[in-house]
Amino acid sequence: MYGRKVKLRFFFILLIFVTLSLTIFLILKSLEENVVFFQSPSEIKGLPELNKKKIRVGGMVKNKSISVQAEELNFIITDFKNEIIVTYSGVVPNLFAEGKGVVAEGYLKDKNFFLATKILAKHDENYMPPEVKAAIEGK
Amino acid sequence: MASLIGSYSLFFSLGFSVLILFFSFKNLKNTINFDNKLLSLTFLQLLFIILSFFGLIIAFINSDFSNSTVFNHSHTTKPLFYKISGTWGNHEGSLLLWLLVLTLFIFLFLISSKKQPKKYRVLTLLFQQIIIIGFLIFLIQTSNPFAQIYPVPSEGLGLNPILQDPALAIHPPILYLGYVGSSIIFSSVLAASSTNYISKEWAKHIKQWILISWIFLTLGILLGSIWAYYELGWGGFWFWDPVENVSLMPWLALTTLFHCVLVLEKKLLLTSWVVILSIATFTLSMSGTFLVRSGILNSVHTFANDPERGLYILIFLFTLIFLSLFVFFFFHKTDGQNNTSFFWLSKETSILINNWFMMYFLAVVLIGTIYPIFLDVLTSQKISVGPPFYHKLIIPFLIPFLLAMAIGPKLNWIKSNLQNKSHLLLLFAISLILSFLIIRILEISFLVNTILFTSAFYLFFITLRDFFIKGFKNLAQNIAHFGFSLLILSILFNNFLSTEVITNLKVGETYKSDELTINFEKIEKIKKQNFEAIIGKFNVKSDNELVDILKPELRIYNQPNIVTSEADIKTNLLSDKFMTMNLVQNQEYFNIRYQIKPFMIWIWFSVIIISFGGLFSFFKKKI
Repeated sequence: MYGRKVKLRFFFILLIFVTLSLTIFLILKSLEENVVFFQSPSEIKGLPELNKKKIRVGGMVKNKSISVQAEELNFIITDFKNEIIVTYSGVVPNLFAEGKGVVAEGYLKDKNFFLATKILAKHDENYMPPEVKAAIEGK
Repeated sequence: MASLIGSYSLFFSLGFSVLILFFSFKNLKNTINFDNKLLSLTFLQLLFIILSFFGLIIAFINSDFSNSTVFNHSHTTKPLFYKISGTWGNHEGSLLLWLLVLTLFIFLFLISSKKQPKKYRVLTLLFQQIIIIGFLIFLIQTSNPFAQIYPVPSEGLGLNPILQDPALAIHPPILYLGYVGSSIIFSSVLAASSTNYISKEWAKHIKQWILISWIFLTLGILLGSIWAYYELGWGGFWFWDPVENVSLMPWLALTTLFHCVLVLEKKLLLTSWVVILSIATFTLSMSGTFLVRSGILNSVHTFANDPERGLYILIFLFTLIFLSLFVFFFFHKTDGQNNTSFFWLSKETSILINNWFMMYFLAVVLIGTIYPIFLDVLTSQKISVGPPFYHKLIIPFLIPFLLAMAIGPKLNWIKSNLQNKSHLLLLFAISLILSFLIIRILEISFLVNTILFTSAFYLFFITLRDFFIKGFKNLAQNIAHFGFSLLILSILFNNFLSTEVITNLKVGETYKSDELTINFEKIEKIKKQNFEAIIGKFNVKSDNELVDILKPELRIYNQPNIVTSEADIKTNLLSDKFMTMNLVQNQEYFNIRYQIKPFMIWIWFSVIIISFGGLFSFFKKKI
């Protein structure tokens, strides 16, 4: 027979093992559900089917494309190959302007229409998000 | 001139490092007593770093644009206050500040640890010097704050306007005292481990350093959070942004470490765990610096995208981890400890439970922060992990965590029983009923919310009761735990009761909804020293009664030419009224956001209470 101490230690190790695997399982499962993918307008055009999950679209705000109404704001994101029309109602960051980089988060209505729930603020006028750069350079 | 002195001072400091290393080794071998030469050398090193730091400040004040750091981050029209704070508002200057704290802490350590064994003190100094040398070489090699440019430009490029803010001027120094404070814990634990000095006395002595670091880290995070609240205009206090997470991780590790050191001090248990946590805390601080400085994480903290710098910190980081693991595995002895086993219902168990949850929270934050980076490197797929991920994984586990926080301190060491603890049940019943009523009134229908409210109220009532019953006994712990319950409660109420209106208005227009109307009366323009302000005037009415006049502002800075928005916030004890406005390019419309955020001030206030608990614990010994 094993002593009480050995049993206790065994039990302890088992407990650690179980919690660890449970933790990892939980985290991975949750990651899978809550991850937001980043796509360029061209990538969206190439999608075989529409995804219902939340995504981010990045590129440049097309010149002369911003138009504002009382309740919503429309503009076009372009990566100079393809473009997508964005409808948004919410807070606009300071550096949101035509000809500048932008990242919009939200849902696709179809391959040409995007319903944004958030536009991301950028901190610096010369700064371009690496995602946007990659999208424009076509990766 | 000032730049020149600053530049040479850095080399002198490096020279002193070499001398300190030399005399440390000599001191380790030969004499029995601590060589006071080491103390003088450390002081001189600190003096030269201070000199160098002031050299940079003076260069900033004088707008000496022959210095490239000043040229890149300052401007003659900038107010004096922001010229000074601009010193650490950039990569080079902030590293110099980091060095200043490193040397300051080791000096303070040496003068306050005279009762500790000689070998331990010398070794701590030695390990700290390794870190200092690493940073000095890093600074001189890759990011010299005193680099010259010729011909001398007549005007600088200016500081990013969103950094021109009082909270952000003091946020870096405070945060650094916390971040870099963990370096002392790191050096000390390696020294104690290799001289087999991990004991109750050591725990008592290192506890003070953990507290200092912890208090500053808490306050530093708070300042950053308050700044993000009013300056970025998102109207929240925490966004699970990678940059925030990076400061939260050392905090979690440090808090866990503090609780373990308490066990170590009382019972000489968990020694290896304390060593691992100390190493982890500093490693997390360093990796945080690496992540935000290397440009891997995008934020206002990313001052320069220079791969060489990132590579250097990465190599340095791995060297330190390797060194510490080496010390841990080859020198740390776990034999000879007492094998006191403890009963399942005891203070030790509750602290262990607390540790498990803390480590779980840490794992969640860590994975959420670095997983996108790894995925990008491996598959070049770009993803982001948002708040839902963290909320889903953290909130449910807050419940047992809060309960353990409430009951744990009531238990005895080694073995406890639940006699004479009927008030625990009574308070739980009260919390449950109260939460149930609140959930009913607020019309939130989730089971998990009821339990969450209950556990938060439970901790709240129990700590509140202890203030009256126990008085000064365990006061520090009680304050901190009370602050935490208040924090969770404020966050919950804030979350459930917040309302907002987002709309686009032209000057003169009025927004109407069932509850309120917002009238955009006028705008006026004011010229200030280095920006032009557009101030809007909004009348907020509810049931035709004027509630508030809010004046959010847009600032157009001259250099760099950036527009920032300044929220107008009306704060009282019950709620914040928060308004930002934004001009949409080439349009007559202004983008308006009006928020009512209940108990906002209590969130800040409870964090101050928490850190006050730490402060109290720090001074407790001397009372």
